[in-house]
Amino acid sequence: MSAILPPRGTLASEGGRAASLAAAAFVFRLQSAGISFGTRHALREVTLAIAPGEVVALVGANGSGKSTLLRLLHGLLQPTAGQLLVDEAARQAMLFQRPFMLRTSARNNVALALWLRGTPWADAKTLALVALQRVGLAGQAAQPARTLSGGQQQRMALARAWALRPDVLLLDEPTASLDPHAKREVEQLIAEFSVGQGRARPVTLVFASHNLGQVKRLASRVIYIEQGRVQADLPVREFFDAGRLQAVSPAAHLFVKGELV
Amino acid sequence: MSTFTESAATALQLIASLDPELLTIVGRSLGVSASACAMACALGLVLGAWLGVARFAGRDAVLTVLNTLLAVPSVVVGLVVYLLLSRSGPLGDLGWLFDFPAMVLAQSLLVLPVATALTRQVIEDAEREHGEQLRSLGAGTGLRSLLLTWDERYALLTVLMASFGRAISEVGAVMIVGGNIDGFTRVITTAIALETSKGDLPLALALGLILLGVVLLLNAGIALLRRWRERVEGRGQGISLSVEALA
Repeated sequence: MSAILPPRGTLASEGGRAASLAAAAFVFRLQSAGISFGTRHALREVTLAIAPGEVVALVGANGSGKSTLLRLLHGLLQPTAGQLLVDEAARQAMLFQRPFMLRTSARNNVALALWLRGTPWADAKTLALVALQRVGLAGQAAQPARTLSGGQQQRMALARAWALRPDVLLLDEPTASLDPHAKREVEQLIAEFSVGQGRARPVTLVFASHNLGQVKRLASRVIYIEQGRVQADLPVREFFDAGRLQAVSPAAHLFVKGELV
Repeated sequence: MSTFTESAATALQLIASLDPELLTIVGRSLGVSASACAMACALGLVLGAWLGVARFAGRDAVLTVLNTLLAVPSVVVGLVVYLLLSRSGPLGDLGWLFDFPAMVLAQSLLVLPVATALTRQVIEDAEREHGEQLRSLGAGTGLRSLLLTWDERYALLTVLMASFGRAISEVGAVMIVGGNIDGFTRVITTAIALETSKGDLPLALALGLILLGVVLLLNAGIALLRRWRERVEGRGQGISLSVEALA
């Protein structure tokens, strides 16, 4: 049940298709994948696999390729080199740093996401209210979405993602523009989300973040990216073990040191 | 008394006395331009919204042609419509020439590129900003056009206003296809042209002031509506297009 997204303008090779069958235990598998915008290489030679239930943090400096990798996994970008294999049975949703809200109520904004995925409008409205309740915004359901505070908007976006019941949630610096209080609230909801209570499939989370404390609290695995290349890919405990990280990637070690100072 | 002061006084006098001839001319101007604007904007909004979101081979060429059409002189549009509607033209049987429908058609064609190009700009900016998130939610090209058009509805009011301004202020097209017939196809701009050629400058200027007043009132109304709705619904991440930006 996997799909191969070949490099733009080329067909997936037979070898790639065979690999997709073997990749059933993975939500994503990248094989030497790259993305170029003209002469600029945003991602180069990325090879990694993400299994169901993993909570993966992408860290790196601004412009390192974290967001590009998230967009690639979500299908918003196509690889220009290498291969991406995606488990098509896994429903995806993505949360952006600044969530877009249509000029209508919070409830309609959540309902619209469901409607776009085929839920009848009346049912979508009901489910939207349940989702807003879950993030503590039932009282603001009728409020125009753009009048919500930054933290409330991000919670509304989480409700929108949660309503879709995704198996994979991709988050692009979801708390970067929030104040500490709102940051904690959203982070708590993300943590609850990752537990995936009452679900048959475990929820996979892939998030980009600059906040190493948050990475430590949420992630089970950390991928460090620099200039479009994966420099370190370690379980969270090893990533924050200075000696181990220094041995794997001095650049990643320097980055972590710099961020922690 | 200077010509301007005299004109302002004449304008006020004409308005105060509810001069029937003036009211007919102003009413006809509003009727022709509003009809033309409604037709052109109905098509231009759809076309512009789609162009703002869709990506296809030859899009750049289409946009270049569209932007070129923005500069088409109104007399050229008038001439084309005249040829279409003249007795020997392909639409001659309609019998529209020197009548209200001919003026509406000419102004519609004149305004269509304006409505399309400005809508395209607004929607393309919105698509650049938010299209990715709408795609992430599962919206295809058509739905994104619709959703962004609806979301940018207050910014698009400015497009409506600019289109109406272009229609009501043009003279060449309505002069050619309408013929400036007294009491029948005379509108504010053709009346101004006529009074100027007759040497009645105060009356011509008075009509000009009335034209400005009509546009000013409409602009003010739309600006108030936008501000009120944005205050109620939140300004947020909407794309705005100001008349100044169009100038």
